[in-house]
Amino acid sequence: MPLVSLKEAIARHVRDGQTLALEGFTHLIPFAAGHEILRQGRRDLHLVRMTPDLVYDQLIGAGCARALTFSWGGNPGVGSLHRLRDAVENGWPAPLAVIEHSHAGMAAAYAAGASRLPFGLLRGYAGTDLPAVNDQIRGVTCPYTGELVATVPALRPDVTILHAQKADRQGNVLLRGIVGAQREAALAATTLLVTVEEVVDDLDAPMNAFVLPHWVVTCVSCVPGGAWPSYAHGYYARDNAFYQEWDGIARDRATFTAWIERHVLGTPDHAAFLRSLPSAPAGGDEP
Amino acid sequence: MSAFSPDEMMTVAAARLLWDGCVCFVGIGLPSAAANLARHTHAPGLVLVYESGTIGARPSVLPLSIGDGELAETATAVVPLPEIFAYWLQGGRIDVGFLGAAQIDRFGNLNSTVIGDYARPKTRLPGAGGAPEIATHAKQTFVVLKQSPRSFVPRLDFRTSMGFGDGGVGRARLRAPGQGPQAVITDCGLLKPEPATGELQLVARFENVEAEAARKATGWALKVADPVEVIAPPGEEELRVLRDLHERTRRAHRRPVPLPVGKGRP
Repeated sequence: MPLVSLKEAIARHVRDGQTLALEGFTHLIPFAAGHEILRQGRRDLHLVRMTPDLVYDQLIGAGCARALTFSWGGNPGVGSLHRLRDAVENGWPAPLAVIEHSHAGMAAAYAAGASRLPFGLLRGYAGTDLPAVNDQIRGVTCPYTGELVATVPALRPDVTILHAQKADRQGNVLLRGIVGAQREAALAATTLLVTVEEVVDDLDAPMNAFVLPHWVVTCVSCVPGGAWPSYAHGYYARDNAFYQEWDGIARDRATFTAWIERHVLGTPDHAAFLRSLPSAPAGGDEP
Repeated sequence: MSAFSPDEMMTVAAARLLWDGCVCFVGIGLPSAAANLARHTHAPGLVLVYESGTIGARPSVLPLSIGDGELAETATAVVPLPEIFAYWLQGGRIDVGFLGAAQIDRFGNLNSTVIGDYARPKTRLPGAGGAPEIATHAKQTFVVLKQSPRSFVPRLDFRTSMGFGDGGVGRARLRAPGQGPQAVITDCGLLKPEPATGELQLVARFENVEAEAARKATGWALKVADPVEVIAPPGEEELRVLRDLHERTRRAHRRPVPLPVGKGRP
């Protein structure tokens, strides 16, 4: 398991056209990795994520995506993801195919992917219109009781990217706090890239801790602050004020594009990105 | 008695429906405010479950997102997301699921997916999230939304989660272990399903809202119970606790968070 720069990890492992899952349920969202994908200009991606959040709003608005598999596409506690809406409602900057699930359905699909089962199973989608618009949602009759149970095909991303608190020098990765569907997304993928807050000699993981062993991790990149504006429990808090601010930035195509050009495309890496923000201690460096 | 807003009226009315010891699956916004108000007043043993996997969260301020760090810090247990949906919700361990929506119909079915046509929507809404399975598996659901002809519609643009389907409580909910929407709290009052048909009817109104106003705010011919009860206005203590909670929340969410620049740990 090599320890490589994020730039190198994305350059080596993420290609145009792939199915990509940057997971993280509100917590530990791999923003730095999303930005690096954007800097390297990947296109035609099929993005998979339960809650697209700002990171996919940015990738969609910048024209990196052709399809989105998701289960809840809003700005949590704030409102709409305006770039996602613009893509779906107006096809800007490009049409976006949506494959839409419920949280329970998508969790089952990831779990099936991690288990190398063909489909996931749930008592779900009863009486809803979702199966009418997503033909992947089907059903199977229970061989024991005759009950009709909903099925979703396994999710098997080409690449899953996670952010975590720490890794040791061997590449074992520790996550703690709200862990969403990260373990399932990690083990469902062919390639697993992880960014971490820090690399340590000893993970010091409690028994039963959420550890991804080094031999399922393709590579680790040390990117402090890599989950901002989401958070890394024990390191920094969620920047709720920025989530509210994003509503204004993303509402308008020009404001959005200017923000991406200034802060993401205009910076060489995540440290420079953070320094470029108006709330940075220096007050926003010029790139 | 101090004046109060429709939001405060709804939040207090929703909080009163929760009981001490109730296991409640809450969403962000008004449901979260109502559940935390109940926890800080008459139901200190209320168990809050947020879909981020935080079970028994006891936040001191209202979370902005469903996965704010304080929920994890104050929770009895933090479990992975597939587990919260499979073992805890589908496992039948939730007493009350709180839902909001953009549209509701007379049988308590909800739309939180699109306004307009699905393929070419006028407004793309966030989508299902946990709602379809909360609507199916919680022992009962409470729905909170403001009443207007745009939200109380004769026909949903999209059915994201099921209430009583096309009517007929037993038939509609054959595939659903839970009892469905047992209370809809609006800015007009409280609606409950008729036991045989599942059709929502206004059973109680707020003191300052006439039943006629509720009819006008509904896109179908709303049934009104006779007599319709009157909901007691928010009490001083309820308003004080709710306003304190909102004020603490506003201060907490405005507080600048230092950017994680430089070396990791603070």
